[in-house]
Amino acid sequence: MSERPIKVLIAKPGLDGHDRGAKVLARGLRDEGFEVIYTGLRQTPEMVVSAALQEDVDVVGLSILSGAHMTLLPRITDGLHEAGLDDVLVTAGGIIPDDDVPALEAAGVSRIFGPGTTIREVAEYIRGNVRSRER
Amino acid sequence: MTADQRAEALAAAARGGDRRALARLLSEVEDRTAAGEAAVRRLYGEAGAAHLVGVTGAPGAGKSTLVAALVGEARKSGRSVAVLAVDPSSPITGGAILGDRVRMQQHASDPDVFIRSMASRGHGGGLAGATIAAASVLAACGFELIFIETVGTGQSEVEVASIADTTVVVQAPEMGDEVQAIKAGLLEVADLVVVTKGDRPGAERAAAQLRGMLTVGAQHDRALGDRPRPKRPDVLLASGAIGTGVPEILAALDRRAAARGEHRDRSPAAALARAEAQVAGLLGERIARRLRDPQHDARRLETLAAVAAHELDPYTAADELLALLAAGAKG
Repeated sequence: MSERPIKVLIAKPGLDGHDRGAKVLARGLRDEGFEVIYTGLRQTPEMVVSAALQEDVDVVGLSILSGAHMTLLPRITDGLHEAGLDDVLVTAGGIIPDDDVPALEAAGVSRIFGPGTTIREVAEYIRGNVRSRER
Repeated sequence: MTADQRAEALAAAARGGDRRALARLLSEVEDRTAAGEAAVRRLYGEAGAAHLVGVTGAPGAGKSTLVAALVGEARKSGRSVAVLAVDPSSPITGGAILGDRVRMQQHASDPDVFIRSMASRGHGGGLAGATIAAASVLAACGFELIFIETVGTGQSEVEVASIADTTVVVQAPEMGDEVQAIKAGLLEVADLVVVTKGDRPGAERAAAQLRGMLTVGAQHDRALGDRPRPKRPDVLLASGAIGTGVPEILAALDRRAAARGEHRDRSPAAALARAEAQVAGLLGERIARRLRDPQHDARRLETLAAVAAHELDPYTAADELLALLAAGAKG
């Protein structure tokens, strides 16, 4: 069997309409050889969790610029936990103040990428930290 | 855990309604693992009851929007619905953007809807290599209606018609004149043609043109006798975005499903064609895989090098490699 591509869900939870960054990242990860499921704008935490479950993704990448990250991101990590998806790597990006990072990490977001992050850094982080599949 | 035990555990859980097990099982099938194959062997016997609806058409024609609207319509009568949505893999990096869910996320949290994206992973024809196996798994898990959305197709990616019970060809307005409508290929395999974006100017006219051209020659059909006859699909107009025309399309699909149930024993041609498509695909894969076995690989590479150098023609090369496998099977 050939090597399985890493599957990444890119979602924008909440109500901000700024999806350029998410689309650029999706495109960049495509070029890194990942299979990227893009769900678009205005996702509820429940939608993100069920998409991650149905698609059996390895990574959930959340883009959020609205300031609602302290509410939405823990609801997503809780939902993933309840759905039995503890082995899914959760990352976030957007506008998230440094002061909020420790609390989000404690809530299960494994890495937060701020402005200026390169696509290569994101790809390498994912490759280095993604779950290995039980086979 | 052996592959067979893993297959059994996943298949039992998936059939019992465990969506995470179903998702994992679909990954095994998609990745062509031993467990995935074992699970399909186990489930195939239970996979005959669903109505498989292929939805195909050009990129941006409105396939995902239409599928999302049809899922919503089918849910009104309480049916369980699954969607397999295929998007292309990069021929360069192997990566993919799977974007069909964007139009379907209103159904994401509905427990009786299961949506799964698939990258084509090098398979041509508008589907992924494992699409039909994935559809069998979903059918065995009790989904009554399964939509298979192809990649955005051109004029001749007609594979979906060989695996679906019903093929819907989606056409946007202003995509060509009447000559496009009489060309061979995609429109010929349609059981139903849907003109999307029905709220746009020109949509009515596009539907009328298609209707006119697809019925050309209808009087001639009888004279064809035993020769294959063209399908004569209905042409319906819809706007998935605002919901018009959607109940009529679902009703047309349901009529086809009912007719299929009645005629199942009498006209097995479509079922045989689907069986042939599945088995032929696997035969090709298995031959390629066996030629890569260590015992044959050196000979395979030598033969390919000879073809590349124009010392051997490709027909003789194929015959020689088949003979090699046949000799290996005897010995």
